[in-house]
Amino acid sequence: MEFWLPLIFVAVMGLALLLYVVLDGYDLGVGLLLPFAAESEKDPMVASIGPFWDANETWIVLGVGILLIAFPQAHGIILTSLYLPATLMLMGLVLRGIAFDFRIKAGESQKGMWNRIFSLGSLIAALCQGWMLGSYVTGLDSSVLGMLFALLIALSLPALYVMLGSAWLMIKSEPAMARKAQGWAKVAWLPMGLALLLISIATPLVSERIASKWFTLPDSLWLLPIPIIASLCYGWIGMALFGRIRYRPVMMFFALVAICVMAALGLAYSIYPDIIIGRMQIHSAAAHVDSLMFTLWGVLITLPMILGYTFFVYRIFRTPAVNQAY
Amino acid sequence: MPELDPFLLARLQFAANISFHILFPTISIGLCWVLLYFRTRFTLTGDKDWEYAYFFWVKVFALTFAIGVVSGITMSFQFGTNWPGFMAKAGNIAGPLLGYEVLTAFFLEATFLGIMLFGKHLVSNRTHLVASALVAIGTTGSAFWILSLNSWMQTPTGHVIRDGIFYVDSWMEVIFNPSFPYRFTHMLIASLLTSAFLLMGISSWRFINRVDGPATWKVFYTGLVMAMVLSPLQALVGDQHGLNTLEHQPAKIAAVEAIWNTETNVPFTLFALPDEISRSNRFALEIPYGSSLILTHSFAGEVKGLNEFAGMHPPVAPLFWCFRIMVGMGVLMILVSWWTGWRVFVRKSIPSLLQLRIFSWMTFSGWVALLAGWYVNEIGRQPWLVYGLMTVEEALADHSGGMVLSTLIVWLLLYVFILYFYIVTLRNLAKKPSASLLASVQNYPGLLPPKEV
Repeated sequence: MEFWLPLIFVAVMGLALLLYVVLDGYDLGVGLLLPFAAESEKDPMVASIGPFWDANETWIVLGVGILLIAFPQAHGIILTSLYLPATLMLMGLVLRGIAFDFRIKAGESQKGMWNRIFSLGSLIAALCQGWMLGSYVTGLDSSVLGMLFALLIALSLPALYVMLGSAWLMIKSEPAMARKAQGWAKVAWLPMGLALLLISIATPLVSERIASKWFTLPDSLWLLPIPIIASLCYGWIGMALFGRIRYRPVMMFFALVAICVMAALGLAYSIYPDIIIGRMQIHSAAAHVDSLMFTLWGVLITLPMILGYTFFVYRIFRTPAVNQAY
Repeated sequence: MPELDPFLLARLQFAANISFHILFPTISIGLCWVLLYFRTRFTLTGDKDWEYAYFFWVKVFALTFAIGVVSGITMSFQFGTNWPGFMAKAGNIAGPLLGYEVLTAFFLEATFLGIMLFGKHLVSNRTHLVASALVAIGTTGSAFWILSLNSWMQTPTGHVIRDGIFYVDSWMEVIFNPSFPYRFTHMLIASLLTSAFLLMGISSWRFINRVDGPATWKVFYTGLVMAMVLSPLQALVGDQHGLNTLEHQPAKIAAVEAIWNTETNVPFTLFALPDEISRSNRFALEIPYGSSLILTHSFAGEVKGLNEFAGMHPPVAPLFWCFRIMVGMGVLMILVSWWTGWRVFVRKSIPSLLQLRIFSWMTFSGWVALLAGWYVNEIGRQPWLVYGLMTVEEALADHSGGMVLSTLIVWLLLYVFILYFYIVTLRNLAKKPSASLLASVQNYPGLLPPKEV
């Protein structure tokens, strides 16, 4: 167990963060798209994420929570290094979260202000998450090159979120709104692809260790499915968006999810067996076995339940609902 | 530019964040049980008023809950960004407790909140009731875990220390550490009391301004009964909590009572200016034997003084004053609720305009008592982070003072901004009869309070 426990927790942490990126990704994407919508479209757009955003946001708390539970020393180092982007991201999430409620309740005269705060908060959170991810991939490198790489990812993540947000709106909206969302997705498609490509090229350049892991035979062959599946999904999304093939919006969303999963797998392979690249290994950072076992029971019992009732809630709200006031 | 002390700043920042955060869960923990009560009453009686009450207060709840959630996420990160030493050393204990909070409480409340708020017309009444109950259980569950961790930091048990790192010996002893049952009960009652005064405060305001109909009365009486039962109970629980603290953290009690030397026949100091330089009280107004009686339940009882803990006791003046603010507010709550209750339930009359005004002023009185109480609890733990075992300074992150100061200023601005709009929005909601959604806008003259006292 001493060998497996830390790996199980890394996997759970990865899953939580992946779910966060996908789920809160579409929430943040909707926030980013809000300024481009007509006034009458804004309420239904926000309503489409109303029942979900709160639970979606909880996945990042679980991700960071597992980092803290299973790898307390790494948690300290990572969050201390990422103090500034983490603080800014939190402020972004605070602004986004409060604007959600205030925009409905504070009265018509303030609605415009809260809409802007909603989008601003989403933008800050998305940029800072990219910044943190980029900085993490370079092993918390604070040199100019490292910062440039972090900046690159900071600018890319919003493109992914816009795609997720558009796909979500295409699923959840009336036909007119869905067409508009498809238009937004068309605009974001190329930047997202460019960002994915640049990150794939830049990552091995930034880290020699990652380069050697990816470009040594025969390992490279085993890894081939990752870029291939990601590229196929990306290509399919493009063809679908530009009207070459018929598709259902749900499939568009899941194609994006598939790209995220591939990116996560690639990242996991690049980092393993470290928890902080070049600085700290998973096993040396792990908390004591007794603490991990105690938490594992909780995870084994509650995580399936959480996934179960999350699914239940998505089923209840499966139909696009225009008016969701309470 | 004077030198910035990163330690002080990190503490200020954490204090600011946690003080702001605690305001909102305190309301939502109490309010969601009240909402469940409104819903259940409506389901059982079919009386529309209870549904109006629900529709109005669920809006208040949603707003409060959202602010609580986002400010809570900040907290989960700041354990790492401000106090990495705490996680590095006590992570084996703090980690799983926080983890269980996320797994058993956060997801539960956040997910079912969606159904509670937006699913009313999509699911059956029973499913909706169950969802509302799960939200209530979730909020209370999160209080359970976080207070367990906080109590463990105050009265650590169930661990062993090897090479400066904490390891778990018994989870039962960690979770149910000696001060936990008292702190948890004290906090839950505080939460319900804060909600009760919020209910009465806003309802009074709505009466006085003739906004709403009989539903508002029902809300007011619900709050009144809660306050009448809970405020004396809270005094009782608080006393027990104090005795528990005396047993485990005598320095905290010595500071609360501003007792410098260990003595018998200790008087209770009503008012004083505790002076840490001369280590004595100035202008003390005392009740003979008071402290001995309260703390040991005997006139001659010996109470340990601060000088027994020289250099390792909390600052005296803030504890002394915060404690008196908390108790003073509690006494005021008992007096006001029983005075009004006597008029309502014994003389069978509606509350007087003066009483309604007082409740309106006391809308956020729960917050005052709550913050004062938490300052007693947390400042009273100083200089320890884990009582007697690890100091706060050992856990500090290595940030420059300037960095912490600038983020502190932005956080403070953000908090003032949110609080301002929170109160403005509550007022705005309270003003609108339509905030009770289907509630009828007409007045009910027969039930309105008289204009003259």
